[in-house]
Amino acid sequence: MYIRRRNVLAAAAALPAAGLLPRGASAQQRFNSMYVFVPAGPGGGWDGLGRAIEQASRAAGLVGSFQFENVGGAGGTVGLPRFVSQRRGRGEAIMVAGAVMVGSVITNRTPVGLKDVTPIARMTTEPGVIVVPANSPFQNLQDFLNALRANPGAVAVGGGSAGGIDHITLGLILKALGKNAREASYVAFAGGGPAQAAILGAQVRAGISGVSEFAEQIRAGRMRALATTGETRSLDNVPTLKESGMDITLGNWRGVFGAPGINATQRQALVDWMTALHASPQWREIVQRQGWDDAFLVGDAFTQFLARDQAETEQVLRDIGLAG
Amino acid sequence: MDALSGLALGFGNALTLANLGWALLGCFLGTAIGVLPGIGPALTIALLLPITFSVSATGAFILFCGIFYGAMYGGSTTSILLNTPGESGSIITSLEGAKMARNGRAGPALATAAIGSFVAGMVGTIGIAFLGPIIVELALQLGPAEYFALMVLCFVTVSAVLGGSAIRGLTSLFFGLLLGLVGIDLQTGQPRLTFGIPELLDGVNVVLVAVALFAVGETLYLAWRYVEGKQEVRAVGSIMMSRSDLKRSFWPWIRGAGLGFPFGVMPAGGTEMPTMLSYYAERKLAGPEARKEFGTTGAIEGVAGPEAANNAAAAGILVPMLTLGLPTSATAAIMLSAFQSYGIQPGPLLFTSQAELVWTLIASLFVANVMLVVLNLPLVGLWARILKIPQPQLYAGILVFATIGTYGISNSVVDLILLYGIGVIAMFMRRFDFPVAPVVIGMILGPMAEQAMRQALTISQGDWTTFVTRPVSACILAVALLALAGPRLYGAWLRRVAA
Repeated sequence: MYIRRRNVLAAAAALPAAGLLPRGASAQQRFNSMYVFVPAGPGGGWDGLGRAIEQASRAAGLVGSFQFENVGGAGGTVGLPRFVSQRRGRGEAIMVAGAVMVGSVITNRTPVGLKDVTPIARMTTEPGVIVVPANSPFQNLQDFLNALRANPGAVAVGGGSAGGIDHITLGLILKALGKNAREASYVAFAGGGPAQAAILGAQVRAGISGVSEFAEQIRAGRMRALATTGETRSLDNVPTLKESGMDITLGNWRGVFGAPGINATQRQALVDWMTALHASPQWREIVQRQGWDDAFLVGDAFTQFLARDQAETEQVLRDIGLAG
Repeated sequence: MDALSGLALGFGNALTLANLGWALLGCFLGTAIGVLPGIGPALTIALLLPITFSVSATGAFILFCGIFYGAMYGGSTTSILLNTPGESGSIITSLEGAKMARNGRAGPALATAAIGSFVAGMVGTIGIAFLGPIIVELALQLGPAEYFALMVLCFVTVSAVLGGSAIRGLTSLFFGLLLGLVGIDLQTGQPRLTFGIPELLDGVNVVLVAVALFAVGETLYLAWRYVEGKQEVRAVGSIMMSRSDLKRSFWPWIRGAGLGFPFGVMPAGGTEMPTMLSYYAERKLAGPEARKEFGTTGAIEGVAGPEAANNAAAAGILVPMLTLGLPTSATAAIMLSAFQSYGIQPGPLLFTSQAELVWTLIASLFVANVMLVVLNLPLVGLWARILKIPQPQLYAGILVFATIGTYGISNSVVDLILLYGIGVIAMFMRRFDFPVAPVVIGMILGPMAEQAMRQALTISQGDWTTFVTRPVSACILAVALLALAGPRLYGAWLRRVAA
């Protein structure tokens, strides 16, 4: 441990000197080694972001070596306490997490939350999309909203687990229509596959999930997209909720957090690393290839966003009846 | 492109030296991880995802499919030899398989599992190639109400493993249902029976419970009741299947494969339900001689059927993935994310836009299947020799193996405490003649049935008649009723006629 800390100090000391070299900003090595904690299993969205950070950082020469640990379960709330207790005060450790964890900390009522880690940067986001089966009588968003307005219980909407972003989206829509979010007929499915199958088979009247989850079904004409939930349009010819007159923007954002109890210098080093990473061509190439939406927000701006996101999420979950 | 010309093209690509190499590597890795409890194909493929940056798409997917099929072959080995199932699809295999091994029939049990896996893999792969797109459209017509009816049907199979006392059997079943309740409820997002322990939020792992009940419970029980001086080495017996073994295995293989494939294709089907149904069917269909072996010395039908069902279902899982881009299992989800890192969008257009890749993949599944049976049959003799280890050492080894495997699932100490806690309970269950199999069945079916029922009721706005007004659901429920009441009514009728 002593050696590691010295390495970090040495790397920090080397930074200004390296800046004098004519090799350009991208060639500065900021950390000798970095520990990445992923509170989800391998292969998922957070894991994908973590591996992308590794790949781009190594290609750009920002970090020497990486060590990964995956502890999955319950929207990240199984892994979070472990990161908090084992990495306190360590500057060379990050955790990859996002919007899902904000919600699961509230619904699972866990004592350890995102308040216990240090926000560094928001990296990507993925807006949601509201779809109906291809043969649905709902031709556009208005048809769907009218049906909801008439009787929310009669419109079964499928999506991911209860209290997740899909469920929150439906809750916000009902609230905007002046309805009680508890009236929603929300059918939770375990994972994207079963949810898609239920929509394709018209077992439910509509579905909500991330755009990438449904994009291919929409392209193939097996599902019809009614609206997306981002700030701007995510699909051609599909309006956002915002331009349809509803003040709702939501996204499944993913970002990077530092360990609890790190000092201002350690935090700044992580912020600088993420800023340099975001500016690198290697990162841009990965974001392009994966089809991610860049949502870079760093330092205090990210901290403020996080506070707002937590307050809003808690309010909606309380409306739905999932938060005490 | 029609199926035959597609397959011709696919075999042309799959039989190149490089692709055969990837298939062999995948089969080898898959068999190895299948043998180890705790490490499944999903985790292995996830760890191998970085190779997608340097290997061609075709090579990588041949490797991944080899791992997937290989793990299904390997999973039965530990179930049979050590009573330690490596994944949930081979839990049922251990019911009869472990009993056969204990009675000197490990060789035939392993061989019927390997050949059954081959037969089912072939049936399943032919299904993918020729029936895939049609059957998946039918499967989409099944909603939560139908799945609930299917699970009710599976609950009937519990009666086959209840043992002598219905009270004891039902107690075990309810213990399983209780364990299945632990964790976050999907429909409300609220934690149940977690007692503030974060590791319990995702529920108790069913493989962990099976290993605790079967392997740890038995080991502790033997350690408790072991009487010094009875040092006997178990007979390994004949390695090869006899002519009668082959005859008795043939129809179970076919029935198991036929049952497994459609369940695999169903988006909420999985491998557990068909193995239970196959076990039940074989037990009911067995001749009077074979019926005596069920639950006592181990019946070969009870290994052949569920193993075939497991492998055919695994093949079926690839159908919604390839034809619709639907990930209906963890492994399929990770394979889909691998497609994405090649810039290939998996979806309903995959069969047309990436025809060459898809058909090469299907052809390589045939190749992998042949490789696996060639790889596994000679291993049977080797594996069976494990049983020559004297009992104390063998059971100590099983305990080490189970502990490492469980820790490997999640690196969690809580899981180890659960393993030994449930193991001690299982030890007492054995002592007081409570059957352990209903615990596992209750634990698998309970949560699935609960979620399906609540999904169906949300969709129908609380109208319970949805289960009988939907025709498919009503038919399945009628079959379940018949399976439960039929034999009893028939028996009563026979008695009346005789009297």
